[in-house]
Amino acid sequence: MHAENANRNLSFMGKTMGFKKGLRSNDITQTIGFTLLFVSILFTLFFLGSIIYFIAVQGISVISWEFLTEVPRKAMTKGGVAPAIVGTFYLTIGAIGFALPLGLACAIYLCEYSPKSIMVNIIRLSINNLAGVPSIVFGLFGLAVFVKVFGFGVSILSGSLTLGIMALPGIISASQEALLAVPQSYKEASLALGATHWQTIKKVVLPTALPGILTGVILNLGRVAGETAPILFTAATFYTRGFPDSIFSEVMALPYHIYALMTEGTRPEVQAGIAYGCALILLCLVLTISALAIILRQKQRRTYGS
Amino acid sequence: MDHEVKIRADKINFYYGKTQALKNIAIDIYSNKVTAFIGPSGCGKSTFIRLLNRMNDLIPGARVEGRILMDGKDINHAKMDVVDLRRRVGMVFQKPNPFPKTIYENMAYGLIINGIKDKSFIEQRVINSLKKAALFDDVKDRLHDSALMLSGGQQQRLCIARCLVVEPEVILFDEPCASLDPISTRKIEELILELKHDYTIVIVTHNMQQAARVSDHTAFMYLGELIEYDETEKIFTVPKEKMTEEYLSGKFG
Repeated sequence: MHAENANRNLSFMGKTMGFKKGLRSNDITQTIGFTLLFVSILFTLFFLGSIIYFIAVQGISVISWEFLTEVPRKAMTKGGVAPAIVGTFYLTIGAIGFALPLGLACAIYLCEYSPKSIMVNIIRLSINNLAGVPSIVFGLFGLAVFVKVFGFGVSILSGSLTLGIMALPGIISASQEALLAVPQSYKEASLALGATHWQTIKKVVLPTALPGILTGVILNLGRVAGETAPILFTAATFYTRGFPDSIFSEVMALPYHIYALMTEGTRPEVQAGIAYGCALILLCLVLTISALAIILRQKQRRTYGS
Repeated sequence: MDHEVKIRADKINFYYGKTQALKNIAIDIYSNKVTAFIGPSGCGKSTFIRLLNRMNDLIPGARVEGRILMDGKDINHAKMDVVDLRRRVGMVFQKPNPFPKTIYENMAYGLIINGIKDKSFIEQRVINSLKKAALFDDVKDRLHDSALMLSGGQQQRLCIARCLVVEPEVILFDEPCASLDPISTRKIEELILELKHDYTIVIVTHNMQQAARVSDHTAFMYLGELIEYDETEKIFTVPKEKMTEEYLSGKFG
């Protein structure tokens, strides 16, 4: 009886030890894998950090109240870049103001109303492909369609629409994902209470999906604010005397202004510093907009405790 | 069984695409009674009650044959307003599904979507319904907190209360206690017994004791067919069908 028990214990221990051996080699693999993953994060953070550091160090010296609030003087070597800041702000707001309602409407149709058919799949595929179109192609399209055919000229309107179309696929796919993530049980609860399909979308699905949709908007906002190619022919200009007075005015914009400072003009050594100043402002502008959207999203999440 | 018939299902066949989920179901559901559907998983009991508020309309490729009459009117008729039907036939689901909104917003939802704007009326209805669902004392100090902060049992009672707000005539319970602990389950069962005075209640349950405790009539389903339907007491004491007896005694299921 005792011997039997001892035997069983022994064989049990043997098994445990074999198991431990396997565990140890698994442990090593896991440690290596984990380290590699961690190093990738460090790398990414390093690049992000050095970009911000580099831009900040180079650009901070030109930033002043005057730089932020005045128009450029003396072939852009003096004065400020206020019209470019305002221009970028208008273009970004215009683009999102156009792309968000349209993109959201498309996403709602695709998720909630469209029948499952080959046609709809083709539409989905096309939208995804639109995201891969190079931005300069959007620029040429904007020139051909908005500037020439619609006759909006080189203007905030043309630039916003072009940027908006570029942002559309991103906003549509982010919104679709957010809408599809809304639990079916919420929709069922709403319908079972006698809500119509539209009421359900408006009062239950959209509010629940809002944080996800906002994330999509944030990501695209940053891209739109920083794009140069789409506004090259449709909105941006090298220099304006003052601020734009209507949506049909051409505007200065930060990304294009940086490009102009680095490639044109007569005093590159002064202009480069100003360009870094502009880059710093652009960076801050995008970060501020993102931060606002994140705060909004967090507030929404906290209210409903998801 | 000489009671007033609230819902009459007549030769119901139901298909998910090519798969037949319900076969020739004919049943009368009586006013102000609790009717329980029991049977093993996949026997079609949930599918059946989801026909009663046309929730299966949402499933692509679903098809129903036969007639379901509520107060003598065919609910699948082209002239039947499905939105109005769903207001009259409330539903409580297997998993508590409050909206990610405040308790009050959850409660007011059914009234607001029906176009009611009078704030004091809404408030009165909300409070009355919460009281009916025995939840008011639990939540009266935090009506404006998120409903997701409540415990599972409270969430389920909130879902019941939310459904009472629109004053339905029938309430469908689809395994309402499946995810709840025994104490919450008991509270829900007490509530169901209380509610049957004012509403017609249909409940799907996996728990045979639950059917025995709360229901007046019990339907036993198996593989999409209605095997036996009778007063609960008879079903549990002197079942006519051998299969019912075997299921109730745990021989299969």
